[in-house]
Amino acid sequence: MEVALFVPCYVDQFYPGAARATLELLEKLGVTVRYPEGQTCCGQPMANSGYEHLAGGCNENFVERFSGYDYIISPSGSCVLHLKEHLHSEKHPVQGEEIRHRIFELTEFLTDILKVEELDARFPHKVGVHQSCHGQRGLKLSQMSELTAPAFSKPGKLLHLVKDIELVELDRIDECCGFGGTFCVAEEAVSVKMGKDRVADHLRHGAEYITGADMSCLMHMEGILRRNKSNTKVIHIAEILNSH
Amino acid sequence: MQANEKKHHTLADHFNADEARVDWHDKTLWFVRTKRDRLTHDLLEWEELRDTASQIKSHVLSNLSQYLEEFEQKASANGVVVHWAADAEEHNNIVFNLLKKQGIDRMVKSKSMLTEECHLNDYLAKQGIEVIDSDLGERIVQLAKEMPSHIVLPCIHKKKEEIGDLFHEHLGTEAGVSDPQILTETARQHLRDVFITRKAALTGVNFAIAETGEMVICTNEGNADMGAHLSNIHIASMGIEKIIPKRAHLGVFLRLLTRSATGQPITTYSSHFKKPRKGQEMHVILVDNGRSRQLGRTNFRNSLKCIRCGACMNTCPVYRRSGGHSYHNAVSGPIGSILAPNLDMKEFSDLPFASTLCGSCSNVCPVKIDIHDQLYKWRQELVKAGYTDKKKTVAMKLMAATLSSPTKFKLAGKLGRLTLKYAPFTVNNGLNPWYKGREMPAPPKESFSEWYANRGKDKKI
Ligand code: SF4
Repeated sequence: MEVALFVPCYVDQFYPGAARATLELLEKLGVTVRYPEGQTCCGQPMANSGYEHLAGGCNENFVERFSGYDYIISPSGSCVLHLKEHLHSEKHPVQGEEIRHRIFELTEFLTDILKVEELDARFPHKVGVHQSCHGQRGLKLSQMSELTAPAFSKPGKLLHLVKDIELVELDRIDECCGFGGTFCVAEEAVSVKMGKDRVADHLRHGAEYITGADMSCLMHMEGILRRNKSNTKVIHIAEILNSH
Repeated sequence: MQANEKKHHTLADHFNADEARVDWHDKTLWFVRTKRDRLTHDLLEWEELRDTASQIKSHVLSNLSQYLEEFEQKASANGVVVHWAADAEEHNNIVFNLLKKQGIDRMVKSKSMLTEECHLNDYLAKQGIEVIDSDLGERIVQLAKEMPSHIVLPCIHKKKEEIGDLFHEHLGTEAGVSDPQILTETARQHLRDVFITRKAALTGVNFAIAETGEMVICTNEGNADMGAHLSNIHIASMGIEKIIPKRAHLGVFLRLLTRSATGQPITTYSSHFKKPRKGQEMHVILVDNGRSRQLGRTNFRNSLKCIRCGACMNTCPVYRRSGGHSYHNAVSGPIGSILAPNLDMKEFSDLPFASTLCGSCSNVCPVKIDIHDQLYKWRQELVKAGYTDKKKTVAMKLMAATLSSPTKFKLAGKLGRLTLKYAPFTVNNGLNPWYKGREMPAPPKESFSEWYANRGKDKKI
């Protein structure tokens, strides 16, 4: 199986560790991973700001870089959701459509395609799981608290395979952290307040780490943790699943 | 007011100046959301009910004119006078003329978000007609000379001490009294007197049944009934989307409405109004006010399914932390943000951006409106129509050019990592808003791509 790794722009620049862990984890599980040259961004920052019509060049670049693989994997639920819902190409419409069906967020790829049942990972810490909205409510990585439906969680299932990890319960299991792309600066006051409240829930329950499948939310919460000189850290789920 | 002062982010910023108040507001509404969860999770058929309601509403929206005519015919046959109003002004005029004809200058009104939307109270006040709101929450905001901040819980932004002060000033309670029981009793006495002395009553409508021509009004306080039964003239104002085809459909909506709204199995009073009692006049005003325009917008027509339960507000993490008034519109929160731009794209161009698109609203909505998708779509419409900041457009174009060229992207990345300045989410806002309450990510010494390029040859492809 040959997969292409899509590393979102800000992960490439600010959180290389999350991307490295994704790559190494997939390789450990026997997957051949390519990292296509010249990749940039999924186009979401423009689209969510109302400028989807400017995302054409970005889309074309994406389709050119990522056509022809069995799967495309990315450690970001938000970017994957955006691509699944909005990627299209004027030049290569068929390939664009293909990609929308072949792109997976890391944890759903691990549970649904690779059907991972065991992991050689150990993480002896108390960890709080942040459910990023686009992954959870968009990609349906976990059941949503609003619905009357059976519980499940793909990231949760994987974390349970990690040795010595202790997952903490939260008061609000799936409230938004307030990152929201440009929302985080355009609506600064509410964004920070939402982030503070989310972080406080994890701290109240003794989390040493906050993890999740989306680095953007974690970056926002990390900003708040560090501002308050907290010892609690954020860590991408790939880094826990790849730890030993 | 300066243009920016009325925008959501500015109003939300003011609201957040008092963090303890934000916490209180958030917790109060979250409590309502958890009550809703408790009740809905107990009903195994909950999701099926939502589906059914959504489908009934789809059907109504596709056959709206037919059902409205059927309703008009049945209601008229029952002895109700049916009026049609194309917009707020026509609606207000109809109400005024009905009152004038009877020589009435004082009216009691039960809760109706439509009359808030039409600014009826202000209009009638200018004509010398006094309106008293009889819903307790609405009466409180009326005394405070404010708009409701929530469609179901109009004074949810007020603490009981503030209500005590208002009652002291207007209704003569002792200073410093904030015991809810005393305040409620005071309001009851005050309103009882209003009910007995008013000859005209205006109510909203929750559901209008085409098959029978009857109107169903849901209240917890029974105030719609008190007003309507004691009046000589009952005027019911309703948006044209409130129609349901048959009585048999009502149960679906009644089961959904209050479970979603407040976590109660049903409203205390679900009152059916079909024909005037002897000697009474009963009128219904069918109001369009932009609804048929919204019906014609394919992307947004589903917003007309709304049954005004307020669940999307209670669950909205932004609403809970910015308050209803930050939406500067009669209907606030997520649903307000997709309805308001239809009324005035320019004035409400900020609202679809007052969201993280988390999607919780769409999940709680009892009629399954795709609220967060519509927020996204409104953003596209508003930008295309030119209602967003020009500077932002320039910045976005620059970003689009950078992201479509791997070479430019590489270069921007190198610069960006040092300062976060070029991070896509900070576009056009500079760094300060990020930095105010958060630290920047510590820049790593190399990006992933750089690390990958230097990775051991044996590993590299
Ligand atoms: S949009 Fe849905 S959740 Fe919001 S008020 Fe209307 S019916 Fe209720």
